[in-house]
Amino acid sequence: MAALTLEAVDVVGRSTIFRRLIATDCFFKYLTRAAAILVLTILFGVFISLTVGAWPVFRTFGLDFLTSQTWNPVTEKFGALAPIYGTVVTSFIAMLIAIPVGVGIAVFLTELCPYFLRRPIAIAIELLAGIPSIIYGIWGLFVLAPFLQQHVQPGLINFFSGVPGLNQLFAGPPYGIGIFTAGLVLAIMVIPFISSISRDVFETTPAVLKESSYALGCTTWEVIRNVVIPYTRAGVLGGVMLGLGRALGETMAVTFVIGNAHKIAGSILAPGTTISATIANEFTEAVGDLYTSSLIALGFILFVITFTVLAIARYMLSRLELKTS
Amino acid sequence: MNRYTRRLTRNKIWLGLSIGAAAFGLFWLALILSTLVWNGISGLSLSVFTQMTPPPGSAGGLLNPIIGSLILTVLAVVIGTPIGIFAGTYMAEYGRYDRLTFLIRFINDILLSAPSIIVGLFVYEILVIPMGHFSGLAGAVALAMIVIPVVVRTTEDMLLLVPNQMREAASALGAPQWFVISRVAYRAARTGMITGVLLAIARISGETAPLLFTALNNQFWSVNLNAPMPSLPVVIFQFALSPYSDWQQLAWTGALIITVAVLGLSMVARALTAKGVGQ
Repeated sequence: MAALTLEAVDVVGRSTIFRRLIATDCFFKYLTRAAAILVLTILFGVFISLTVGAWPVFRTFGLDFLTSQTWNPVTEKFGALAPIYGTVVTSFIAMLIAIPVGVGIAVFLTELCPYFLRRPIAIAIELLAGIPSIIYGIWGLFVLAPFLQQHVQPGLINFFSGVPGLNQLFAGPPYGIGIFTAGLVLAIMVIPFISSISRDVFETTPAVLKESSYALGCTTWEVIRNVVIPYTRAGVLGGVMLGLGRALGETMAVTFVIGNAHKIAGSILAPGTTISATIANEFTEAVGDLYTSSLIALGFILFVITFTVLAIARYMLSRLELKTS
Repeated sequence: MNRYTRRLTRNKIWLGLSIGAAAFGLFWLALILSTLVWNGISGLSLSVFTQMTPPPGSAGGLLNPIIGSLILTVLAVVIGTPIGIFAGTYMAEYGRYDRLTFLIRFINDILLSAPSIIVGLFVYEILVIPMGHFSGLAGAVALAMIVIPVVVRTTEDMLLLVPNQMREAASALGAPQWFVISRVAYRAARTGMITGVLLAIARISGETAPLLFTALNNQFWSVNLNAPMPSLPVVIFQFALSPYSDWQQLAWTGALIITVAVLGLSMVARALTAKGVGQ
């Protein structure tokens, strides 16, 4: 009889512990789930708050906001065309330089570099990716811009002055700062992103594929051109889009060297502005609801552009992951 | 024969170009770092760490922005890390094959490289406007939003690397799932998760754009989270664009301090992962 009671007590005790364990498990599960959903909420929160903040501008100017070049805080007339133009052109210049160089570095690291140098160089290039953008900005302002102004831009202007078409693109006094300099600084910033992703995806090429084409007598370049790059095309494109997303949204590096001029000049040596540079420079000084709202509307446009580019990048990269797994 | 030489020449040209590209990339790294050290070290002295930011034209240091940056960074990590770790845990442990997890992974990867100035605008809308003024707290929240995606990503990746047998063994002994996660999976993935936090710190210690209109800046000593707070990157931004040479010198020195801190953190993180892989 006594033994039976003891056992009964034990069962009650056990079930309490068991229930407590289940409760903790439930709590933990919902806690982590809530945190996961919070991550999702951040993105939607950003979207909604920017839409709300930009609403007065879109209601006042409508589509004119996207097509107008005027930016006049005094008369409260705002148009986003000049910053959008600056963002697109600086990123275009940056990608023009960064894609060949970045992919070239990846080729060098995966195919040519002696083994003992591969890791140090790869690490050095990744460190370049980790340097905060404000460092690139201050360097661009104090070192690169004066150098370009004195030694490179006069030469470019003279060289292209006789070429029809290009003389417009490289016209005007050498300011040092401007669209071209900003594009160059962005290129230096984006190169490490493109090269480290390209290197990673190049390494996913099965050795068998490369070995078979070497066995057929291909040169190294032919193997890269006809085997490695076609196999990893989606991944490289993903890396390029990721770099583009960086370049489009980069703030500090550009703000230092762009010159902050709200106009579209034909020459890429002239000062201009980008979306992020405009926001960074003017937001704290913006007076009036419409001015602030215009800057938030610029942020909204930037958000939509970068979201699209980054979404494409991730889609491309995930396609490659599916292929390799 | 002609055809072969042409192929070989083409091979040499392209490979030469790729070596050139690597030299080009390393050239910039060397150039930027050497200018930074050259310009930064000449202004480096003890007073940088012991004195406040000066008015134009007089000597001073960077004590208040350094302290401000430390406070903002610590607070951002304290806010962002638990959220990031929990979210990563959900994705790797509870909802590994959920639709929700796929969606969050996609969104998180986008947040990971989203322009940081947009985070600043968002926090301005949700915190600065309701509070009515700029504050250190808003700055910390903005930085926390940059910490979260980095930590989510590394936590998930590291937990996915933990072998399932370890979880199964613990479950077979009767451990409930939270116990398996907190005592087995976390312990196995600990090094990787710490690396993620270090990388997040490295990432936010140089962030300027999200602080410009959340924490703003402060020329004076301030540890009040409810008031504008100085931070090293914002002070560098302000000083570098000023016409005063004292301020520009301090900007270079501050830039050197940040770079050393960031590179140091990334190297520690790298060393940790290298050790973790070796085990």
